Amino acid sequence: MKPFDELSLQEIVDQVKNGFVLGIPADYSGVPMKFTKELIKRGVKDLKLYCLPLTTIQGDMLIGSGCVSEIEAAAVTLGEFGLAPRFSEAVENGNILIKDSTCPALHAQLQATEKSVPFMPLRGVIGSDIQKHRKDWQIISNPMTSSGVKDEPILLLPATELDILVFHAACSDKNGNIQIGRRRELSTLAHASKKVFVTVEKVLDVDFFDNELSAATCLPALYVDGIAIVKNGAWPCALPGVYNSDNEELKKYSLAAKTKKGFEEYMRNFL
Amino acid sequence: MILDIQREELLISELADLLKKDRHVAVGAASPIPGAAALLAKEEAKLLNKRIRVTILHSNKYNNFTDGARELFDCAAQGRIDTFFLGGVQIDGQANINLIGTGEYPKTDKRFPGSFGSALMYFVVPQIILFREEHSPRTLVKKVDFISAPGVSEKEIYRSGGPKFLLTNRALFSFDKYEQKFSLLKIKQEETIENIIELTGFEFNVDKNISKMAYPDENRLSILRDKIAPMVSEFYPEFANRVWGV
Repeated sequence: MKPFDELSLQEIVDQVKNGFVLGIPADYSGVPMKFTKELIKRGVKDLKLYCLPLTTIQGDMLIGSGCVSEIEAAAVTLGEFGLAPRFSEAVENGNILIKDSTCPALHAQLQATEKSVPFMPLRGVIGSDIQKHRKDWQIISNPMTSSGVKDEPILLLPATELDILVFHAACSDKNGNIQIGRRRELSTLAHASKKVFVTVEKVLDVDFFDNELSAATCLPALYVDGIAIVKNGAWPCALPGVYNSDNEELKKYSLAAKTKKGFEEYMRNFL
Repeated sequence: MILDIQREELLISELADLLKKDRHVAVGAASPIPGAAALLAKEEAKLLNKRIRVTILHSNKYNNFTDGARELFDCAAQGRIDTFFLGGVQIDGQANINLIGTGEYPKTDKRFPGSFGSALMYFVVPQIILFREEHSPRTLVKKVDFISAPGVSEKEIYRSGGPKFLLTNRALFSFDKYEQKFSLLKIKQEETIENIIELTGFEFNVDKNISKMAYPDENRLSILRDKIAPMVSEFYPEFANRVWGV
């Protein structure tokens, strides 16, 4: 038996069902744009995006294409290229449900799932309007007598499990271990997801576990359900350490997406 | 000579002055000016045989983290970050910050990206410097439309950090958490107190030692332009190109 399942991009796309909670990596951790394009083509509906902790063009495109009903994030932005126009308009019009969060809370909710505990405490946040609007968050008094400040109000966040995570990475080894470098938040996402699929630029004929450096910077195949080789799979986003973002394309998108009509024209070309 | 100094360089210089005592400065999203200021403070500290560590989140090179995006927040919560920078669509007189948008939530009139990590960082980093270039009644307001992170907290809430300064392209304020009020410390050379009052949507005190912002001297400018500018181009290429042509 082969050490891992090599899939086509279409086979990965087919794993995403309407209504799924989809894990979304930040712009610095390998955005699976080719996958996103195929997902939009398929016309997936009612996705709930869980961003760790933010999304850029990937989330904006999915929202603009009508694939999303709910998004949990600390920010949706096109970074240097300004606001995420399809996101902003969808929120202003009430077309999607936004669960506004803050970066450490998004991490902590997945960390709770990693540990298989029902919740995770977090300091800060209390007294913000973020907290006031999150009915799924609770404040308790610190019950511990040996740590922290007795009876200090502390925020509890529910464990969140993702239905599916897809990200793009530079490479896997011959056994399906994925090189993620310092982007350890990809481990957090993977540990908290029922299914994990990865698109990679290439598969190397080595074993990452033969070497301390590569072993420490990979996501073990244990957590991965399938891999597809997709060249330039993050374009126009960057793949850290491999290629930079295509800033002209991102700028072009940011200008086109300012209006619904401009976005639709852009997407006709893009798809 | 003075005419050659750019607006961005003056702001970088003002911010660098606030970082001199730090051991570790971290810089978050969309912050080329704070990023340049942190690297400048680090270079100047080296000349005095002192060490400032700088973590620029958007840089792979000027970064101390290897444990994923959560490390910033864990590190901050442990008290290992002395200064961090936050901005806001709106900032009010109690130093509440709004990064969400204007109008009534959630169907805001104008929606901005979101709160990022502000709701923790504002509580646990001892020196938060608020940085918002636009100084106007629409950015500096009486009351924010949405509190991404509160300026002050009830005393039973764990809060080891909070706002210390607010820098705009016209003025520098300090914040007093006991009085829950900003105080005007410095204004730009050509600026007047009356004009600042006019352009600020909240009430503030005027420090008895109020002064004019000083231009960076030649030493500082040459470090900034020769040494820091190329570093900044690694993580904010468009900014470095616009300001310094590198």
